[in-house]
Amino acid sequence: MMGAENHYGLEPPPPREEMETLALVDDDHPSTDPHPLAAVPATLHGGDPLLFPPPSPHSPSSSSPSPSPSSSFLDPPAYADVVFSPFDSQNGTSSGSNSPRCAAAAASEYARITVSDPQKEQETSGSLVPGGGTYVTYLITTKIRTPASGGGGPTEFRVRRRFRDVVTLADRLAESYRGFFIPPRPDKSVVESQVMQKHEFVEQRRSAIEKYLRRLAAHPVIGKSDELRVFLRTPGKLPLSASTDVASRMLDGAVRLPKQLFGEGGGGYAGPQDVVQPAKGGRDLLRIFKELKQSVANDWGGAKPAVVEEDKEFLERKEKVQDLEQQLSTASQQAEALVKAQQDIGETLGELGLAFIKLAKFETEEATYDSQRIRAADIKCLATAAVKASRFYRESNAQTVKHLDTLHEYLGLMLSVHSAFSDRSSALLTVQTLLSDLSSLHARAEKLEAASSKIFGGDKSRIRKLEDLKETIRITEDAKSCAIRGYERIKENNKTELERLDRERRDDFVAMLRGFVVNQVGYAEKIANVWAKEAEETSRYAKESN
Amino acid sequence: MISPGSPPGSSSQSPRSPSAPLFLSVTVTDPVKLGNGVQAYISYRVITKTNLPEYQGPEKIVIRRYSDFVWLHDRLAEKYKGIFIPPLPEKSAVEKFRFSAEFIEMRRQALDIFINRIASHPQLKQSEDLRTFLQEDEETMERARSQETGIFKKKPTDLMQIFKDVQSMVSDVVLGKEKPVEESNPEYEKLKHYIFELEDHLAEAQKQAYRLVKRHRELGQSLADFGKAIKLLGACEGDSLGKVFSDLGSKSELLSIKLQKEAHNLLMNFEEPLKDYVRAVQSIKATMTDRANAFRQQCELAETTKLKEINLDKLMLMRSEKAVEAEIEYKELKAESEEATRRFETIVKLMSEEMMRFQEQKTADLGLAFHEFARGQAKLANEIADAWRSLVPKLDACSPSMCS
Repeated sequence: MMGAENHYGLEPPPPREEMETLALVDDDHPSTDPHPLAAVPATLHGGDPLLFPPPSPHSPSSSSPSPSPSSSFLDPPAYADVVFSPFDSQNGTSSGSNSPRCAAAAASEYARITVSDPQKEQETSGSLVPGGGTYVTYLITTKIRTPASGGGGPTEFRVRRRFRDVVTLADRLAESYRGFFIPPRPDKSVVESQVMQKHEFVEQRRSAIEKYLRRLAAHPVIGKSDELRVFLRTPGKLPLSASTDVASRMLDGAVRLPKQLFGEGGGGYAGPQDVVQPAKGGRDLLRIFKELKQSVANDWGGAKPAVVEEDKEFLERKEKVQDLEQQLSTASQQAEALVKAQQDIGETLGELGLAFIKLAKFETEEATYDSQRIRAADIKCLATAAVKASRFYRESNAQTVKHLDTLHEYLGLMLSVHSAFSDRSSALLTVQTLLSDLSSLHARAEKLEAASSKIFGGDKSRIRKLEDLKETIRITEDAKSCAIRGYERIKENNKTELERLDRERRDDFVAMLRGFVVNQVGYAEKIANVWAKEAEETSRYAKESN
Repeated sequence: MISPGSPPGSSSQSPRSPSAPLFLSVTVTDPVKLGNGVQAYISYRVITKTNLPEYQGPEKIVIRRYSDFVWLHDRLAEKYKGIFIPPLPEKSAVEKFRFSAEFIEMRRQALDIFINRIASHPQLKQSEDLRTFLQEDEETMERARSQETGIFKKKPTDLMQIFKDVQSMVSDVVLGKEKPVEESNPEYEKLKHYIFELEDHLAEAQKQAYRLVKRHRELGQSLADFGKAIKLLGACEGDSLGKVFSDLGSKSELLSIKLQKEAHNLLMNFEEPLKDYVRAVQSIKATMTDRANAFRQQCELAETTKLKEINLDKLMLMRSEKAVEAEIEYKELKAESEEATRRFETIVKLMSEEMMRFQEQKTADLGLAFHEFARGQAKLANEIADAWRSLVPKLDACSPSMCS
């Protein structure tokens, strides 16, 4: 999923000390900018191999950039080029500084969220793992956007959270904001945690959490949620109640099942407070079974359920979204391949330059003829051009990665859309189940009434049963109204979110394409210049017949 | 086809008056696949235009195949020791590749360069074998070619020499002399060292150049795929934004084609010259081997002659009847020894001239290759910039409120 900060996992090129010591004419300005593909550096505490990456004598690994002063092939363009808008990734917006998406982010009350400083901590109370478990906590710093009037109150919050808290937050949001396109949370990725190096894994997770929180903050509705506010601002233990694991949930449900089956009072039917949550994943086994039965009846039974997804507009849009997802997937793959191809060509050009530098040096040292010296100079010229061009390819690619990342972001967003759509269908299923419950309850009530009316003076047990039944019917009616309200609300959320998706997607895609294109143009021009000069230098060798 | 018997001066194109500069220009062209199955091969048209008196007519066209070129190369290598024979393109290893358009074109170009280098070399162009190659009909050529197989390649005296070589090698080993005799010329040592190291550097450069060609192709492919995907993605969008996507996709596909073109250009005009450079260095190594052999022969014959002289003096002193025979043998051997010394010295002299020529030639060849490389890259980069630039106004027109 979208755990990694950069989807491509591009590593910086292999050791290039030789290239960096080249005394090139017209060298670019040395820069102290960290590698654009590296994550924001986390401040690391002394010596802990969990958190401290192994020292890398050669090139910087993506987890600890150590910019050398001569790593000038990572510069931003050296010319004051108006064409390039600096690529800013504040709070999860992936577009340039002029788009309306930035304006939306600017409306968020959170100006900046940063996740940093991973630390190992000991599990205090009885953990399942003998010998005590450890876990990692992260420092989350939130800057509040101060109102223009400069009202009082703290502008920065710092809390410590562990990954489990992030999961809790995500679960709480999923419950409260059904129907919304909630940004997907980072994976638990058990496999990866085994395979990767500890510090790499921690860094990847840190980055993923940061991205996640920023996206939440940028969402027009969720950014304002209490859950998020509490998560970001409340120090100490996270006051959101954790969701229990599935095992105990099932056990809990199993305890209730006998009561439900043997119809003790209202134990058999879902109350209104329950129906606002989907049955799946809950404790109410009976409800799960009933809704399952209903969904099977929907799928296989000939009879149409009482309420169907009739909203044509929704169905059309759903289809469109599915189509979009497919195209996004392909485009995302091809974008990745394109980036790799550009990376490769830049690299090979650099290596070609290097090979020629060595050749030039060799010819110069061994020169016994003038023609050799001339040739050595020619070779050095070409090598210089090749190395310059190679640097431009690499810089261009670093930008391309960011621009095309929009495709991956939207692909990840499709998960939230699926989630929101399934919220809708499970809410609908709940409604359908309740309606069919009601109809069978009514049928039973009718039968009872008919039977008891035949007995003169009334049948005490039957009358009592009838009253119980009528009570159940009332509760179920309430539940049904609640469920319908919930369903309508979700439908509404789906609708607004779909509109938001369309709007924002349009803007984001335009920005993506424009950014991509402008970047390509800029660097292509620079590369063309390099080669035009070299062609000029070698024009005396041109064939006369040209 | 111009008949060989045309009277001199009858063609208005190339007057044979002595005042016109003498020229010899050859073109290798029109590759055609002949034969079937395993026997299939490529034949080329070789067109010779000249006003040299040794040649028939102003223009002559013959059909030749790769093994004919090999024949010519081997004959020249044998006769002109000390000269760096222009290198041939390799025999192709992979069967499948043998008839690919690209391979055929590369080979044709290389053969054309080969024959022209011979034709412009002061000594080589006078070779009779060259005349045979350029003028004789196909049957004669085939006959000449098939005669050159196996030991029939060697003339009788050479055959003797081989046995003598083997003899001396064996005696060397028997006597415990394992290392062959070598020149102790510091300048030449330096040259040898230079040549060997040069080959390594060039091979590396050529490898990277070939890789660069591949990278261009890969980038071209990914641009084509990306363009297609973008077009499909654009179909999900509304009208005007969808149109921009479609345009972008088309540009991407267009650039893909340009990249494939540049890949081909790089292959023919940058990578091939580098490969040619490597081959040339290998040809120099072959000459160095010849020189080493010649030196060894000279040394051995000189030694043997000396021994024979000593023996002869002994016999003459003893007034033996064997002395007469010995004297004859001695005189023969002395002549051979002098011949070997002459051969060796010729090689040394030629090599130094050739070396200078080689360096100058390579500077020019490489300079041209660099020029073509830079031109091609500049052109490509400009095409890329132009293609993407054309989309900017369309994207700018897509402000959020307007497009729908």
